[in-house]
Amino acid sequence: MVLRIEVTSIDDPEGPRVSEMARSLGVLGVTGCTVSRVHNIRGQLSDAQVELLCRDLLVDPVVDTHTIGVSSPSGRVVEVAVQPGVTDLEARELERAAAELGLPTIEVAMARRYDLLGEVSDDDFETLIGRALVNSTVEHWSPDQLEPEFSVAAAADVRVTTIQLSTLDDGELLDLSRHMLLSLDLEEMRAIRAHFESEGRRPTDAELETLAQTWSEHCVHKTFRAEIALAHHHHDGSVTSTVHDGLLNALRRVTEALDPWWLRSAFVDDAGIVAFDDHDDLAFKVETHNHPSALEPFGGANTGVGGVVRDVIGVSARPIACTDVLCFGPIDLSDADLPEGVLHPRRIRDGVVAGIGDYGNKLGLPTVNGAVIYSEGYVGNPLVYCGSLGLLPQGSHPTEAKLDDRIISIGGKVGRDGIHGATFSSASMDASTGDTVGSAVQIGDPITEKGCIEVVERARDAGLYNAITDCGAGGFSSSVGEMGEDLGVEVDLSTVPLKYPGLQPWEIWLSEAQERIVLAVPPDRVAEMQLLCSQWDVEMTDLGRFTGTQRLVVRHGSTAVVDLPMAFLHDGLPRRHMSAVWTDPTPAECALPEFQADHVLRLLAHPDVASNEDIVRTYDHEVRGGTVVRPFVGPEADGPSDAAVLKPLGTSRNSLAAVLSNGICPRIGRLDPWAMAMMAIDEAVRNLVAVGGDPDRVALLDNFCWGDPTKPDRLGGLVRAVQGCVDGAELYAMPFISGKDSLFNEFDGEPIPGTLLISALGLVPDIAHAIDSAGSAVEDDVWMVGTQSNHLGGSLIAEILELPTTQLPPMVTDPLSRYRAVHAAIAGGLITSAHDCSEGGLCVAASEVAVASRHGINITVPSGSSQPLVVFANEAPGRILLTSRLADRAAVEVALGEHASLMGKVTDEPLISLSAGETTIEISVEAAVSAFRDRIVA
Amino acid sequence: MTKPPILIPHASGTNRDQEAAQAIEIAGGDPRVVHVNRLLSGEVSFGDHAAILIPGGFSYGDSLGAGGRLALELRTWFADELDAAVRAGRPILGICNGFQALVKAGLLAGPQRTGGRTVTLTHNSNGRFECRWVTLGIEPGCRSSWLASLSEVVFRCPVAHGEGRMAVADPEVLESMDDGGLVAFRYLDSGATPLAPTGRAGGTYPANPNGSVADIAGMCDATGAVVGLMPHPEDHIFDWQRPSGPPGGSGLPLFEAFVEAAR
Repeated sequence: MVLRIEVTSIDDPEGPRVSEMARSLGVLGVTGCTVSRVHNIRGQLSDAQVELLCRDLLVDPVVDTHTIGVSSPSGRVVEVAVQPGVTDLEARELERAAAELGLPTIEVAMARRYDLLGEVSDDDFETLIGRALVNSTVEHWSPDQLEPEFSVAAAADVRVTTIQLSTLDDGELLDLSRHMLLSLDLEEMRAIRAHFESEGRRPTDAELETLAQTWSEHCVHKTFRAEIALAHHHHDGSVTSTVHDGLLNALRRVTEALDPWWLRSAFVDDAGIVAFDDHDDLAFKVETHNHPSALEPFGGANTGVGGVVRDVIGVSARPIACTDVLCFGPIDLSDADLPEGVLHPRRIRDGVVAGIGDYGNKLGLPTVNGAVIYSEGYVGNPLVYCGSLGLLPQGSHPTEAKLDDRIISIGGKVGRDGIHGATFSSASMDASTGDTVGSAVQIGDPITEKGCIEVVERARDAGLYNAITDCGAGGFSSSVGEMGEDLGVEVDLSTVPLKYPGLQPWEIWLSEAQERIVLAVPPDRVAEMQLLCSQWDVEMTDLGRFTGTQRLVVRHGSTAVVDLPMAFLHDGLPRRHMSAVWTDPTPAECALPEFQADHVLRLLAHPDVASNEDIVRTYDHEVRGGTVVRPFVGPEADGPSDAAVLKPLGTSRNSLAAVLSNGICPRIGRLDPWAMAMMAIDEAVRNLVAVGGDPDRVALLDNFCWGDPTKPDRLGGLVRAVQGCVDGAELYAMPFISGKDSLFNEFDGEPIPGTLLISALGLVPDIAHAIDSAGSAVEDDVWMVGTQSNHLGGSLIAEILELPTTQLPPMVTDPLSRYRAVHAAIAGGLITSAHDCSEGGLCVAASEVAVASRHGINITVPSGSSQPLVVFANEAPGRILLTSRLADRAAVEVALGEHASLMGKVTDEPLISLSAGETTIEISVEAAVSAFRDRIVA
Repeated sequence: MTKPPILIPHASGTNRDQEAAQAIEIAGGDPRVVHVNRLLSGEVSFGDHAAILIPGGFSYGDSLGAGGRLALELRTWFADELDAAVRAGRPILGICNGFQALVKAGLLAGPQRTGGRTVTLTHNSNGRFECRWVTLGIEPGCRSSWLASLSEVVFRCPVAHGEGRMAVADPEVLESMDDGGLVAFRYLDSGATPLAPTGRAGGTYPANPNGSVADIAGMCDATGAVVGLMPHPEDHIFDWQRPSGPPGGSGLPLFEAFVEAAR
């Protein structure tokens, strides 16, 4: 018997949200929308039990109404449910809760029902379904009742097929790679063919898949290990040719050369690790989840957070914070400009933001630092960078599995979700991607991951494991394959708990089902591990053991699935030789308009500058009680802050805090990726210094998002950007401790703008001297650290005014001495507020200080040859706006020396006054607030 | 002085339990974070504790409405223990998800009527999860004896929730709550200071961050022993946690009163 219970909440926010989406899509006939939760319940329940279920679980007596059966429609109806095989957490929770209520076993299939009120034409109806209500990659729908699909008890489909390789010619090998979604090139396919010819047998499906995952760009970074010949075409027609012996090596070499005493682990683990204090270390990692977020924004971003948090768990750390940096297409993109097969940027943004908030909030982690950038270049391929910071006691992360250790997996069950994620992220997208690799989309379950966090922390403290890694791209094939590289492993897949039936062994082996951690547990500690897991409601599976045979052996019961030598799996990949081209843009100069107040307001209201409070406040940035400097600051809590300062829970023995910041400037990258890297490093560092961070304790992370590296013009920019990172790390004397590259970010053959995110992790020596952009008082002096530039290339004002200028401001030549001086002044308590000067230049920085503090600010730049527009809107790096008490002027002068100049005053009058030469413009603080906060340019 | 043992139940998805434990410890209590499974197995007993603090988070992912499944467990598995605690006058404090669970479990049901509880916590009126600092006042006339020493105290702390809007079945419920002293905390205008409270938020966003009726941020039961609130006083224990902006005291006195009542 299937019972249907519809529950409608009088204040379900989903209804108004649908109406608003309809309006934004131009569907004006919709006057309202009622949303109901539909519970389809299969089981033997008496009337009294149904009543109990409704009263105790489904219906809130104050705000809900319910109908048993189908209520009569109040408008056009759309009923939506997830497709079979996609995780439905609510249904599973309801089944468990019914059991707790003592009811007979029930099975549940959930749906959402929308009753669209008003006049809805067929065209409008279709628009709403396609653009707002249904994501066909993971959902299906019906214009009336949807037939519920219940999941059934799980058993595997034990079929292993072998593939004939030895008779295939080159063309057929490539066809096979494409057809099986292996993303392997001809040389790689030939190497595999040769290996199995030498063993005198055919590979199994699972063996080919394992090799494809392990050798994927995502897992092994083929491009970053390749030898690359770069031809750099200068604008004078000359060409410089260089050969780059591995981009990854270049980044590692600079870290090895710097090798500061506080560096614990760089590049080798799931996350980079640095010292915090005498007792604890900090682990930091940033990842991307771009392609999944393009197809299913909520799930893609959701599992992006989950994945990077697992990286931090994978170095035995307790995650303590999250970061996110997002790049979307323009929110006001017209329908005509939206390519087929692409979700609208607004929908991607809303889904991504909801996905990030959902996962981080439910893990109880503060999401404290980030940025959002909008550009046409990201319409078909948005970027979702997710970072996570963790804390671990020094020396508590074991990294060596021992012979006979058990391979223990904890966390979620395995389904077909996320199969081919690693190879999917290693190929470009087009309109058909959603249909062909829909299985790569995963749905997150943060509560299961939260359980893993609790278990791993306690298992670590009890010394229950010898090695640990997260189960990410490639699933068990990558995590177990990597962990067993030295010893060899034997795995039995028949022990793996499944979400639903029909999975073949290779699918279980490859599945990227979320929320799993793999540990090497000595046989005599397995019972303790099991007890710990049951205490925390975490499922544990014993997969097999570390063997000492140096082979990867996988069985399903008695059926052989994989038998590969570790040496071939990990070292058999042929090295790539690639060619790259970079062409400098042709220089262009242009006439500049006169500087006007309107320019400042338009800069402040630009989506990349304007407040993201509506996004950021949906993330919990307070949980764990350690947030010292928040995303928004000042008396009205709406001024932008430069970086996040965190005092980790449990470290009150001293006054040290961690600081997180980021730098990202793709506009520069279009002109010169090398300069983009240098400027992104500078931006991250000056943000960090501006809140009180010590420039001598900064660790950097790189995240490259680029197009198809097999195309020389894309690869040329990437090589230049890596070179910029290497040069920047040397100049700033800051090591890279971890990094990631996400390549093949293309849609229909169009690459994204090459985009580099630099994330910085540092220390604030004393939380009493952590400052923000809002702390100034009336009569304070205003100082400018650094010098302006006469060039507007790559600046936001150039974009807004469509100036064709290409010349970039010069890089900072003495960053360390400059930032050390600023840091000493802040740490000495001389500075009342600091704010970095970035997009929009000095006029934006000064306006933001006024918005944050709600004071006026008066700035006079000594007259020179520069035009006022250049003076106030240039984006020269290395600049920070500081304020200090009048009484401290002499001390500040001594502390900052040649690095800063006195530029103005904080005033009582709520006016932003900017003067250069003969020009003065004035803007009321109120107008600046409207532009920055509400994006209104009056 | 002895440190009263204070139970902090942890269900899967609970968070801020560590901050709550920290606040209890600083307030002079002995916090014990215990997973609900160990309470259920009988390994740890409610009866061994002088007070109960149900912390925030997303118990069981809030899949069945915020705090829904935890409420079910409180009602079906631990009804007798909780009932005994209430009868003995042992203080019970629910914060955020813990408050939601206490409301939905019927321990903070509002004025009694046939047909069930008369108050609920539901979706914020802006339809979104919202994280921001708020100013709170402890309601004069609140019947909770352990809050009495804090009457009219004003403090600041963050909210971080998506379903924190207090709603009532009808306007009479509100009257009975006022008359019965069931309102414990209200959102105040952000200009309110400990010295000069300037009054309630008046339903205006963001001082009242979720659209709660009559600016109610927290309430107590008829015995006064059970108290719940949506904001997070456990995240304002140290001065450095408070952002720049309006003044306001820390949440520590609340935990001190709670621990004192547990003695």
